[in-house]
Amino acid sequence: MRTEARIPPEIAWLDLCSMAQVQLLPRDLELPLDLRLPRVGAVDSVALEARAGELAKRSIKRGSKLAALDLAIRMMDLTTLEGADTPGKVSALCAKAMRPDPADPSIPSVAAVCVYPNLVAVAKRRLAGSGVRVASVATAFPSGQSPIDVKLADVREAVVLGADEIDMVIDRGAFLSGRYAKVVDEIVRVKEACGSTHLKVILETGELGTYDNVRRASLLAIAAGADFIKTSTGKISPAATLPVTLCMLEVIRDVHDETGRIIGMKPAGGIRTAKQAIQYLCVLNETLGAAWMTPEVFRFGASSLLNDVLMQIRKQKTGIYQSGDYFTLD
Amino acid sequence: MADLEKTKVPTPAPLDWEYAPAPESRDIVRFQERYGLFVGGEQVEPLSGEWYSTIEPANEEHLAEIAQAREDDVDRAVQAARDAFENGWSKLPGSERAKYIFRIARILLERSREFAVAESLNSGKPIRESRDVDVPIAAAHFFYYAGWADKLEYAFPNRRPQPLGVAGQIIPWNFPLLMLAWKIAPAIACGNTVVLKPSHTTPLTALLFADVCRQAGLPPGVVNIVTGDGRTGAAMVRHPGIDKIAFTGSTGVGKEIQRTIAGTGKRLTLELGGKAANIVFDDCALDQAVEGIINGIYFNQGEVCCAGSRLLVQESIYEQALSKLKRRMSTLRVGDPLDKNTDVGAINSREQLERIEELVESGREEGAEIFQTECTLPDRGFWFPPTVFTNVAQSYRIAQEEIFGPVLSVLTFRTPEEAVEKANNTAYGLSAGVWTEKGSRILWMAERLRAGVVWGNTFNRFDPASPFGGYKESGFGREGGRHGLEAYLRFE
Repeated sequence: MRTEARIPPEIAWLDLCSMAQVQLLPRDLELPLDLRLPRVGAVDSVALEARAGELAKRSIKRGSKLAALDLAIRMMDLTTLEGADTPGKVSALCAKAMRPDPADPSIPSVAAVCVYPNLVAVAKRRLAGSGVRVASVATAFPSGQSPIDVKLADVREAVVLGADEIDMVIDRGAFLSGRYAKVVDEIVRVKEACGSTHLKVILETGELGTYDNVRRASLLAIAAGADFIKTSTGKISPAATLPVTLCMLEVIRDVHDETGRIIGMKPAGGIRTAKQAIQYLCVLNETLGAAWMTPEVFRFGASSLLNDVLMQIRKQKTGIYQSGDYFTLD
Repeated sequence: MADLEKTKVPTPAPLDWEYAPAPESRDIVRFQERYGLFVGGEQVEPLSGEWYSTIEPANEEHLAEIAQAREDDVDRAVQAARDAFENGWSKLPGSERAKYIFRIARILLERSREFAVAESLNSGKPIRESRDVDVPIAAAHFFYYAGWADKLEYAFPNRRPQPLGVAGQIIPWNFPLLMLAWKIAPAIACGNTVVLKPSHTTPLTALLFADVCRQAGLPPGVVNIVTGDGRTGAAMVRHPGIDKIAFTGSTGVGKEIQRTIAGTGKRLTLELGGKAANIVFDDCALDQAVEGIINGIYFNQGEVCCAGSRLLVQESIYEQALSKLKRRMSTLRVGDPLDKNTDVGAINSREQLERIEELVESGREEGAEIFQTECTLPDRGFWFPPTVFTNVAQSYRIAQEEIFGPVLSVLTFRTPEEAVEKANNTAYGLSAGVWTEKGSRILWMAERLRAGVVWGNTFNRFDPASPFGGYKESGFGREGGRHGLEAYLRFE
């Protein structure tokens, strides 16, 4: 087990461009960044928000709405991340994840259940054989304010307990003070600790302040080995927004153009209604296209979205809105 | 421990998602079978006795019969306007005029869905645009100029602003209601009365607007609307009772108007064609710049006088920009203007479609490389797919002439100086766009670009408070803002 930092933290990282020159990064790392400035690129907030606003106004009806809602369920990481979580609550959530609507067997199961490391084993047992994966948050979630050894231990433990996917948080303190190397180094080592386990990197965009920062953090996370980039922990407001998601999807698109790598995206937090979910799918569909319209590379991190989606599906199928009492609260 | 193995999930096929049709209901607007002229506060039969049919460009279906006004019809409208001017409107306190104009603005908003649907039906533009751009900005113009009506003395201190009299206003078909608002709002706010002629192909929202004037209780004769083709416009230009001509349209007609009124003492403002350069520097926010390019040229099917029809891209990002642009173009949804998801609608008329086709053909012949998106166009109606030309030389017709359609010509540059030189190398000078993250460069460029409007990191943005107008063959006079008042005032 190595604990020494691979990149001397005292190196002054003036900007992202200089990153590409540094030989200290792992050799097999595919850097989407090189010395051509536009490839790091900037984001214009006014135009970005205008585009997101335009896509949010897409009018999705009938069959295309049902298809979207079905996909939204299959893309869902059903989440509970509370201090008050118990094995019983997680068990109930798992039941819901596998069979979201007991009254309608055509409803698919969700993509994954997302819990704290302590509850991974419970979830794993409960979901065995269902195809629903277990995602665990780690690296001193949600603040990330712990020594690297603690974070790595957190990750290894979650992996040993059976997590299929790890959702880590980046060190925002390091990022915001310009210590990009530390951020990269941590992600690289977490990725190592994950082994073959899928790694989602949470940027906590609500703390990053600008879309330029979101773009840079996305590129850093991808360069360091993220399989997915994720907006938020859900513990900070604002969590996921349409413009921030669009911004990250544009990074994913650029990385794919440059390297051919396919990176996944997970907006999380604040997505509560079927209407919002459809707006995200419109942004995804018109930014990255059909290849990304699959749970393999797009997830919703949500706790209360599922019931609204179920309600809308029932409305589409029967023409009648049911009261909330007809959908289970878990 | 088998249950600790990684969960294997069969990879589901990605969803190839098609949006189902989402048409806006057309029932909200009911057209009369026949529209006479709006003169002296009421609809009158044309003295000419002639009528013509106005159609829906998306499918060539008949919408309504429209009066073809003759010289004596124009004369009658001018008389009505003169009466209204002399007997009240010009003497009304500004604050009273403002009340009517505020009322018009509010009614426009209340009836916004009706106006949006009518506009899309008659012009072919997507409902998304008429709903989100045309109608709200038209209302905003009335709100804005209503506010100036009682403050003219403060707008021009010590110059004693006076109205001109009867304004003859001739507007184009690309933004029928919006151009009406740009013309009527400042004119009546300043105390003038107007005779307005909407375009031959798009008279319906102007005729619905006549109803708004009635609803607002606007004194009869303050706003008069005459419909017809170029002959009606010519009669207005020649009419001795008109004190001012305001024209928005083609440069050819603009020049003819200027020749006709030479020596008559009539005041004139012209807002004519354009061939705007959209200049993209390598340090720009590229994805947003691509959105701006798209919005610059495919907004309203490119039928925009200030459309960014010449794209100047810095050489170092040419390939990246082009590939992003083409990919974005392929997501444009072309089709039914009333579908809420349509991005590009129908071309306004057969005549315009033929002009676009002719120029595009010339581009091919001159050797430019063409790229068009694959989209199935409806069989009936007037349609043209989003098109981009690369390998364009400055001397090609497609780089020089205004196409007024969804056709973009791409050129490259290396230095800011070269960008300015190429951008200014046109007979027009209406607008330009600059895309860079460097604020100082936007200002440097804006100082050197000979264009009435220079947009920085945006394009085709209109605000009532911001003056709009051209240099060179793009015309003279400004509309919008405080400057827009000046075109309708004389100073003692």
